[in-house]
Amino acid sequence: MGEEDYYLELCERPVHFEKANPVNCVFFDEANKQVFAVRSGGATGVVVKGPDDRNPISFRMEDKGEVKCIKFSLENKILAVQRTSKTVDFSNFIPDSSQLEYTQECKTKNANILGFCWTSSTEIVFITDQGIEFYQVLPEKRNLKLLKSQNINVNWYMYCPEGSVILLSTTVLGNVLQPFYFRAGTMSKLPKFEIELPAAPKSTKLSLSERDIAMATIYGQLYVLFLRHHSRTSNSAGAEVVLYHLPREGACKKMHILKLNRTGKFALNVVDNLVVVHHQDTETSVIFDIRLRGEFDGSVTLHHPVLPARSIQPYQIPAAGPAPVTSQSPVPCKLYSSSWIVFQPDIIISASQGYLWNLQVKLQPIVNLLPDKGRLMDFLLQRKECKMVILSVCSQMLTESDRATLPVIATVFDKLNQEYKKYLDAEQNYTMAVEAGQSRSGPLLRRPVRTQAVVDQSDMYTHVLSVFTEKKETPHKFVIAVLMEYIRSLNQFQITVQHYLHELVIRTLVQHSLFSTLHQFLQYHVLSDSKPLACLLLSLESFYPPAHQLSLDMLKRLSTANDEIVEVLLSKHQVLAALRFIRGIGGHDNISARKFLDAAKQTEDHMLFYTIFRFFEQRNQRLRGNPSFTPGENRAARKLWGSHIQYQEITGGWGGARKLLVWRTLGLVLKEQNFVPARISLSLFTVVRVDSGC
Amino acid sequence: MSAPKKERWTADSSSGPAATTSGGTASEAEVRSSGGSCLWAGRGRLPRLGGRAGMAAAASGAGAGAAQEKQFPPALLSFFIYNPRFGPREGEEENKILFYYPNEVEKNEKIRNVGLCEAIVQFTRTFSPSKPAKSLHTQKNRQFFNEPEENFWMVMVVRNPIIEKQSKDGKPVVEYQEEELLDKVYSSVLQQCYSMYKLFNGTFLRAMEDGGVKLLKERLEKFFHRYLQTLHLQSCDLLDIFGGISFFPLDKMTYLKIQSFINRMEESLSIVKYTAFLYNDQLIWSGLEQDDMRILYKYLTTSLFPRHIEPELAGRDSPIRAEMPGNLQHYGRFLTGPLNLNDPEAKCRFPKIFVNTDDTYEALHLIVYKAMSAAVCFMIDASIQPTLDFCRRLDSIVGPQLTVLASDICEQFNINKRMSGSEKEPQFKFIYFNHMNLAEKSTVHMRKTPSVSLTSVHPDLMKILGDINSDFTRVDEDEEIIVKAMSDYWVVGKKSDQRELYVILNQKNANLIEVNEEVKKLCATQFNNIFFLD
Repeated sequence: MGEEDYYLELCERPVHFEKANPVNCVFFDEANKQVFAVRSGGATGVVVKGPDDRNPISFRMEDKGEVKCIKFSLENKILAVQRTSKTVDFSNFIPDSSQLEYTQECKTKNANILGFCWTSSTEIVFITDQGIEFYQVLPEKRNLKLLKSQNINVNWYMYCPEGSVILLSTTVLGNVLQPFYFRAGTMSKLPKFEIELPAAPKSTKLSLSERDIAMATIYGQLYVLFLRHHSRTSNSAGAEVVLYHLPREGACKKMHILKLNRTGKFALNVVDNLVVVHHQDTETSVIFDIRLRGEFDGSVTLHHPVLPARSIQPYQIPAAGPAPVTSQSPVPCKLYSSSWIVFQPDIIISASQGYLWNLQVKLQPIVNLLPDKGRLMDFLLQRKECKMVILSVCSQMLTESDRATLPVIATVFDKLNQEYKKYLDAEQNYTMAVEAGQSRSGPLLRRPVRTQAVVDQSDMYTHVLSVFTEKKETPHKFVIAVLMEYIRSLNQFQITVQHYLHELVIRTLVQHSLFSTLHQFLQYHVLSDSKPLACLLLSLESFYPPAHQLSLDMLKRLSTANDEIVEVLLSKHQVLAALRFIRGIGGHDNISARKFLDAAKQTEDHMLFYTIFRFFEQRNQRLRGNPSFTPGENRAARKLWGSHIQYQEITGGWGGARKLLVWRTLGLVLKEQNFVPARISLSLFTVVRVDSGC
Repeated sequence: MSAPKKERWTADSSSGPAATTSGGTASEAEVRSSGGSCLWAGRGRLPRLGGRAGMAAAASGAGAGAAQEKQFPPALLSFFIYNPRFGPREGEEENKILFYYPNEVEKNEKIRNVGLCEAIVQFTRTFSPSKPAKSLHTQKNRQFFNEPEENFWMVMVVRNPIIEKQSKDGKPVVEYQEEELLDKVYSSVLQQCYSMYKLFNGTFLRAMEDGGVKLLKERLEKFFHRYLQTLHLQSCDLLDIFGGISFFPLDKMTYLKIQSFINRMEESLSIVKYTAFLYNDQLIWSGLEQDDMRILYKYLTTSLFPRHIEPELAGRDSPIRAEMPGNLQHYGRFLTGPLNLNDPEAKCRFPKIFVNTDDTYEALHLIVYKAMSAAVCFMIDASIQPTLDFCRRLDSIVGPQLTVLASDICEQFNINKRMSGSEKEPQFKFIYFNHMNLAEKSTVHMRKTPSVSLTSVHPDLMKILGDINSDFTRVDEDEEIIVKAMSDYWVVGKKSDQRELYVILNQKNANLIEVNEEVKKLCATQFNNIFFLD
């Protein structure tokens, strides 16, 4: 098994604490994720270490007997310590307030406190064998106020701080679970539900153990996970994990079954919305993703492990001591040790070694373990740190040695773009809502979060496509097929394709002289019109003359690029065409005559120059009642005119005569305005041909 | 000597003897005038046009008054291919002739006719070494010369249309209509003959290399023997000059789907070198170079497709359907190659085509596969002989996907049609052609059948279109020509950059300005997405 194969690992920086021994008791608080090391009942010191705080909290407290449970309230404000089965002691950790302990006894007579949970910085719940009691702590007054209580027989309890839900095991068998939900000083009872036990219980003993139940938030929903050691159906012997969905409102419902296909000792974690099941006998773990497609039997979905079982990556305990040059080499850590205790969602504690780890999922090794690329994408898109892995998968499937087939590539692109589109839509809705009513919309409007699963065009361009197109060994046919597939996918999800992708297509086509392909793409508007693209096409004209036409067409369609069209035509010395165009769109009143006269002069076509000149004279006449040019234009025009003056008589006279001749044959009377100098000179010989009857 | 009595020659517009010396437009016009009024030439030469109007009147009036008048359309008189290098010495002239139609002609006459052509070409070459004569006009017929490969000459002799009248004494009088045929149209037809030959046989030179004159003669005989019968010279027109391709209008998404389909097919059928995709006999995608596609398109749309009636349109119990293999999964079938895939004896023989003959000279097998209205051409290297297994695989991969795609296209097409709402019979008759991509559009022509291309306008109008086109060829610049034809017809020709548009309008008492406005309107509605000067 290579290094690359492990997809689960323990975090690099575990929380290290003094290991449990007869004088040192270790406690773990799931709400604050803190480890308490209590030496000699606190008399010789209590050290509290959390995963995030670099500075452990240490203090001393009087040894008033064996500590059964010790927890800080949220934000470490108040410390609660249970030493007896009837009472809990409190002391304030608020600066400038008395540190003297105060005590609260449980209200129910003859009840034993099973434990307590902090639900906020000043609210605490006592769970007794006869019910639960919800208190508010008043640190200034150094006493507690009972907010609410409920009588119910309790076998054991479980607290999920993420969901603020306490689960009580009731009834004799223990398999009826009663959830309570806590929020801002209120306690609400949720509908109770029954866990289906593997087989009809033979005795009236407690049959559902606390060890087989876990609570965790998966994809934003609270689930109760039940580890069923023997399947109810006799045909599969393996154990399974049953997921009950526990909604805020409504009844709890059995939703998913995770098939483990093995028996023995298991432990559960939830990491990055994945259910991780550790199997102690084989020292391996498997992961399940309830969002991946499973077998739906009408009421529940059956899931199989996403990946083959693998051990957690071997872990070296760093050499003890801060000394930089210890000869001691790191000690390999015993994984899946029986001294491991697992907490939700992702915590593994080795009390005997004094370590607390967070379990992590490594995505990169999974890429090679999951051959079905579509499923791999579904899996990756749900993960938190997925972007770079997704991009690397995309790159990998395009490399010559590891190339995926086009349908697979298409599937991957479609999956990416579906996610991308979801985000774009959310973003757009948000923007629209903001625009619609900035003030009154209130807190309901939240800007959509851009998760790593949103892989947009620029990500694909930068990390995958531009690199891919530059690889020499890839056949160009494949390169183009991939680019087109990506563009197709974007179009399918109605995402506007960015021009750099189009440019990439064009560049690739041009590099391989596939001009007719390019032409066809443009003909069907696969490459959307834009000014940069039109300019790119113009620059291609020397390699592929039709690019000129394509470019002009595109500029025309843009309808905002009229100036560019004129420039293009003038640069081609198509002065008349330019003038006709600008007149066609009604812009000839505002154009600079000089530009056109200049261009006409360059053609050294005197007839053309004359035509242009007359055109502007007529325009001036119409606009200002005077054929002369404005002072600014005048000099330039006259100067240009000067070099042509000698032709005026000849060409002007001749052109005029021709005009009359042509038009008279038609028997039409036309005014000067209707008369188009451009057209006349452009087809001096062929303006009108009368076939008959006229 | 059986040479026609009244004989004139003309050269291609740009290569006339005088043009080589002076070149300019004006001098060209002069030369043409000196050619005489009977020569087809002239721009805006009113007397000639008047003459044609008279003719048109006669033609249209034929049905009413002159019952004894008979018309004969132009017909192919002879068609031959020769190479002057093959029989340079006296007595060996017969060796020059590689193909001669009709074959029944007496040997000496063949030799004489070939000799004449050779002489004419040689003679005109003295004036224009690079571009000798292209056609020869006589009273009874017209000859067209084409040298597609060095020293290989193809000659087509077309009889002018005839009107047979009953003279007063009851004798039939035959009148040849010398001015009816358009040089450009029939020169193009002749060039097409070569292109079509080359598509299926490769170049003449290649045949010579492969098997000498004998092989070349065999190939020519085999090909032209059948091909000449399909020429239908009476219905050739402007579209033959263009040799364009009709593209299927399609939205971007459907086009991308097709693109994706083609890429996938080329990937899974890895031996496929090129692919072309057509729908409704209109092209959507081609992996071939333009010129090769142009002739392949011609073959597909005028020969292959019309030969295969749609069996899917036929009823379930019709005999055509019964012949189809019992395939209920999809509608795919081979138009070339095996008819029935279930028959183990089925022959997987596909036509061989030759493309890129100037360059890489590739020989390919042409596999044409069709499902409903969608047809795909897969071209694979000729060195690989497709097996029945391959055909079955192709059928199983392509068939289902193509069937889905075809119905997608159909659906999308109908949506687009409904959205644009412009599918009422367009009030304009027009022909559009773009030299850049060979795109062609015509509302003048009805659906092409293998025998004739039906036009919805009078042949005289078609001829005017041809005339205008010849005018356009002479100048590089953009121009516009408006012609008032007989009755209420106006014909407008526009040329903008590489595009040509011909519009036929029929409006009572319309004047020039109105016609101009109408054409502007047409351009605005039909061609608003291209840069087309108005």
